[in-house]
Amino acid sequence: MRSSGSPRTTLRRRAVQAAAGVLAAAVATVLTGCASADTNSGSGKAASGHAAFTPVKQKPGSQITVWADSTRLPAVQAYQKSHPDVKMKIVTYDGGADGSTYLQTKVQLFDRTGSGWPDVVFGTPTDVTWASAPTKPGAVPFAAPLDENLVPASTLNNFAKGSLTPCQFNGHTYCLRNDIAQVVLWYNKTLMDRWGYKVPTTWPEYEALGEKVAKEHPGYLVGSVGDTNSQESYFWSSQCPAFDLVKPNTLRVALKDPNCTRMSTLLDKLISAKAVTTQGFFSQGFAKDSGSKVLMANGPSWYGQYLFKSAFHTPAKQMAAAAPLTWPGESTASTGNVGGGVWMVSSHSTNLKASTDLATWLTTSDANQAAAPTYPAYGPAATAWLANPANRDYFATDVSGPFRQAADEVWTGWSNTKFSDATAWSSVVLPALTAGKSLTATLPAWQSAISNEAKADGYQVTNQ
Amino acid sequence: MTLLATRQVTASAPRRGSRPRRWGRGSAGWFFVAGYAVLLLAFGVFPTCYAFYLAFTNSAGQFTGFNQFTKVVRDYRFGPAFSHVLLYLVLWLVTLVVLTVLAAVLLRSRVRPGLSALLRFLYYIPGALAGVASVLVWLFMLDPDVSPVSWLLDRLGLHTFAAVLAPGNLPVIFMLIAFWTGAGGWMVVMYGALNNIPDEVIEAARMDGAGPWRTAWHIQIPMIRQWIAYMTILAFAGGTQLFVEPQLLQTASLGRVSPAWSPNQLAYVYAFQQGDFNGAAAISVFLLALGLICAGLLVARSNMFTLDET
Repeated sequence: MRSSGSPRTTLRRRAVQAAAGVLAAAVATVLTGCASADTNSGSGKAASGHAAFTPVKQKPGSQITVWADSTRLPAVQAYQKSHPDVKMKIVTYDGGADGSTYLQTKVQLFDRTGSGWPDVVFGTPTDVTWASAPTKPGAVPFAAPLDENLVPASTLNNFAKGSLTPCQFNGHTYCLRNDIAQVVLWYNKTLMDRWGYKVPTTWPEYEALGEKVAKEHPGYLVGSVGDTNSQESYFWSSQCPAFDLVKPNTLRVALKDPNCTRMSTLLDKLISAKAVTTQGFFSQGFAKDSGSKVLMANGPSWYGQYLFKSAFHTPAKQMAAAAPLTWPGESTASTGNVGGGVWMVSSHSTNLKASTDLATWLTTSDANQAAAPTYPAYGPAATAWLANPANRDYFATDVSGPFRQAADEVWTGWSNTKFSDATAWSSVVLPALTAGKSLTATLPAWQSAISNEAKADGYQVTNQ
Repeated sequence: MTLLATRQVTASAPRRGSRPRRWGRGSAGWFFVAGYAVLLLAFGVFPTCYAFYLAFTNSAGQFTGFNQFTKVVRDYRFGPAFSHVLLYLVLWLVTLVVLTVLAAVLLRSRVRPGLSALLRFLYYIPGALAGVASVLVWLFMLDPDVSPVSWLLDRLGLHTFAAVLAPGNLPVIFMLIAFWTGAGGWMVVMYGALNNIPDEVIEAARMDGAGPWRTAWHIQIPMIRQWIAYMTILAFAGGTQLFVEPQLLQTASLGRVSPAWSPNQLAYVYAFQQGDFNGAAAISVFLLALGLICAGLLVARSNMFTLDET
């Protein structure tokens, strides 16, 4: 078969020549003018000028489908119990935890097939960035603008200051914030008292105490940077411009900024002193091995119940929360925010009335929020939540003050983007830290990873 | 080998052309092929054509020429994804070919028949686990906190799951998973191929003074070359499609593995995060081309489809 001149080889050669001819012709046709690849998916590209929202034909009393994560599932079930006349189908999904894009994936598919959307969903603020814009040209944005005759302005005005910012696009409100996760300073009061330590109020004090703990009580920790959301606890609190949307379509990613390096230098010192660990609080085995060695943790309000109580099994009346730390020269602190979900109503719902009523009940009613697992974004509900003994009895001191203060101090310069702020941190920074690199040395790699992601999602990026 | 033998018979039958073709025989043939053909059209040919259509158009349905391809090639994740998978393929194919052939030769000529049958069965067992389940098994194996071989991981200086999943280790991890799940089946196939070599040939080699290793190198391996090529093609095609393993590790490691580690994952990200089905299709066309080129080279080099016209 490989001997030259056999009939088969000749045939093959002819076939190849013919194919080459066809290919050349095709290339010529192609090059003479074709549309751009990126007329593409309005998904990202700054969707401009939304038409007014027109609901689909309503079918009063029709069944509504609700997607919730397992944490909020009991709330939805409670609504069903107290409103037996509403026909509901409840589906549990991951709720967008740890940067999951399940909801987005599904909605992309529903937009292609033209059916199947859930009516009410629990999601992350990241989800609102894509849900408030069409996923492809001609598609209706998944999230319904709730300020358009669905939820009264008086209700919207009662949400904690700035807590609806992640919901707002193009002058409309596309979601109701379920809870906020303001970052506070958690500490083990029992240990602090025993060792005679004073609770820090500034970052330099925190650093000094960390170094002291490393010397006097080796093995004890004042923090961790190894979780998928540690950047929100530390760099957000430090007002580092890592995800700063200066214009709707322009993202500023400037990790050389002093606001970033002051935090990375501080953490590097504490990491090398072994007072801050690069293992995640939520990584496998941490609770078992080191859960009882956590003296302090700069982290969200839900650390109390979910980290110290459920994961670390720290005994009651030991943990306490302090207000966010300040930097030298600052009169008021700025703090971070780690999660906090939102409820969205589908613009494709045939029963907007029931859907909106559910979303409103879930986020604003004392009946639901007073016993909610996390700190409510709705002001009056937060008061009821803090008054609930179940939310305060576990702690050594009254957490209301620090919680309230931190809720109003969340820095607004860390924007929600169409991509999760966890991906670059987890897949670029954390492996580098595990390999022993310093945080400061990893900032350039983190910056380029964020910038690349942003560009792929259609943002203009500036690194200055 | 029986498969090949039948194929030879059916392929050479029409050439003889002496037998009258009766209607009944022909329709039975069509009937037997129909089920497969329908499924092939529905789930093989049609999606491929649709992918080509998507790859050459944009979301508005306009013809874009090669613009989708240049767009994905310029993506910052394209290069890394393909180099990851390339490194993985080199590791995986070399280990697969060397170790399965070696194991088959040993099982065929150096191990007692009863023991050989037992070993073949044992090697095959992991392959019976479905893909996802086998990855879960490996998640346990690789986590020093729960691994039964944590002492080994400790020796290697890997004390945490995060350290095990360092970016440089990933191709090796995926190679281990692939070998563990896939190699056993191929050992059985290679063993079958070796069985097909006539005893006289081996006997003749021995008479000429060839020891077991010379026999293996000069007689047995050349005679199962087509099977090795066949295995390589399928393993290559499977390897470029790597998806489940990195995707699961990505979730299990809480995002420490890049969500676009392999080209298939990148296509997934394109389709389901960026809503860009056209770009995703362009990546899949790249994978198809890669698979076809490799298969073409191997088929041509190994004379796989050359019939013994004796």
